Amino acid sequence: MAEMDTSSGGGHKKGPGVKKGKKLSTRVDLTPMVDLGFLLITFFIFTTTMSQPTAMKLFLPKDTEKPEEQNKVKASGALTIMLGKGDGVYYYEGELAPDGSNFKASNFKDIRKEIIDKKKSTNPQDFVVVIKPGPEATYKNTVDILDEMTINDVKRYAMVDIFDTEIQLMKATEASQGIK
Amino acid sequence: MPKVKVPRKSTSVDMTAMCDVAFLLLSFFILTTKFKSDDGLGVVTPNSVSTKPASDKNVVMVTMDKEGKAYFSVGDNNTAEKQDIIDMIDQGKNLGLTAKEKAAFARSGSYVGVPFSMLKSFLDLSADQVKNFKSPGIPLDTANNELSVWMNAATRAFSGNTMTLLVKGDNNAKYPTFHGVIDAFKKNEIFKFSMVTNPEGVPEGTALAAKRATGAKEE
Repeated sequence: MAEMDTSSGGGHKKGPGVKKGKKLSTRVDLTPMVDLGFLLITFFIFTTTMSQPTAMKLFLPKDTEKPEEQNKVKASGALTIMLGKGDGVYYYEGELAPDGSNFKASNFKDIRKEIIDKKKSTNPQDFVVVIKPGPEATYKNTVDILDEMTINDVKRYAMVDIFDTEIQLMKATEASQGIK
Repeated sequence: MPKVKVPRKSTSVDMTAMCDVAFLLLSFFILTTKFKSDDGLGVVTPNSVSTKPASDKNVVMVTMDKEGKAYFSVGDNNTAEKQDIIDMIDQGKNLGLTAKEKAAFARSGSYVGVPFSMLKSFLDLSADQVKNFKSPGIPLDTANNELSVWMNAATRAFSGNTMTLLVKGDNNAKYPTFHGVIDAFKKNEIFKFSMVTNPEGVPEGTALAAKRATGAKEE
């Protein structure tokens, strides 16, 4: 393959005074070339972005001023999840008790179980998750919780502005747990 | 007894085949490589289980950096729309931009992260100066949501075409920024957008994992 046929064909005899040209092998050592090839491969492997960014779709509800056009959420089937400082997650089922007794703290690992439990225990038609990211929640938290909706196959969820009372409760819980 | 001659074999291996393989792989990687785009903002996107690749046609992108500042940019292969957008902004806000400043906006890879009051001076900067320029971000307050003006111009420029609206946010961007971005979309009657994320595996034993295992369709 990499060699050429260097043997002179036929018995062409040279005279006694004619010097025989030294037969040089045309075989090239390919090792450095292979080295170079693999070096470049490594370079391209490291610089390439194989994992293309994905897109996560989000549909927003239309803001309506008229209360009769708004979808009413049946309080019993609602699970409200709030996002706070330092990846904190807080939730309550149904309506928030005036004294905040059903306001519970959680985290991103445990909230999945809560969602699954709530989903099992409620009528699928009434089940809705209300997501309320607080002013200290990060974008990552928001995407994570929306992702959690996809993971747990929650059909109805909404992102809603947080209420002041909920911020107060969140702040109080954060202060008692020492989350900065 | 005649001696059995063991033929001496050369220890040098023929490298040709290996060389072929190496260069085949090399050409594969050269052709498939897509260099990490450097938008100068250093945004690290969060992960999601979404598997749909982000479209790169007719892209209008809103970027949020880690300090919660918003930037507006349009895909590089939509130069005509970019020109339209900056013309509309120029007329709507009476900025008096010159042709050169408008060309700076239409330049590939350009992004805007300044209020309208600073837009003229921002577009005067050279490409190198832009790299070192610290943008204050597009204002997103409820009273003065300038991003909605940009979005309005973008929807008009892309009218007739489907616009791919992408939101690319940094992990550490705070929610109020995102809320301001959503507000800007809502004001322009845009209720559908996509968020750029990195792919992530589906956790075991969840509803989605079961759904994917059976091959059911996802919406």
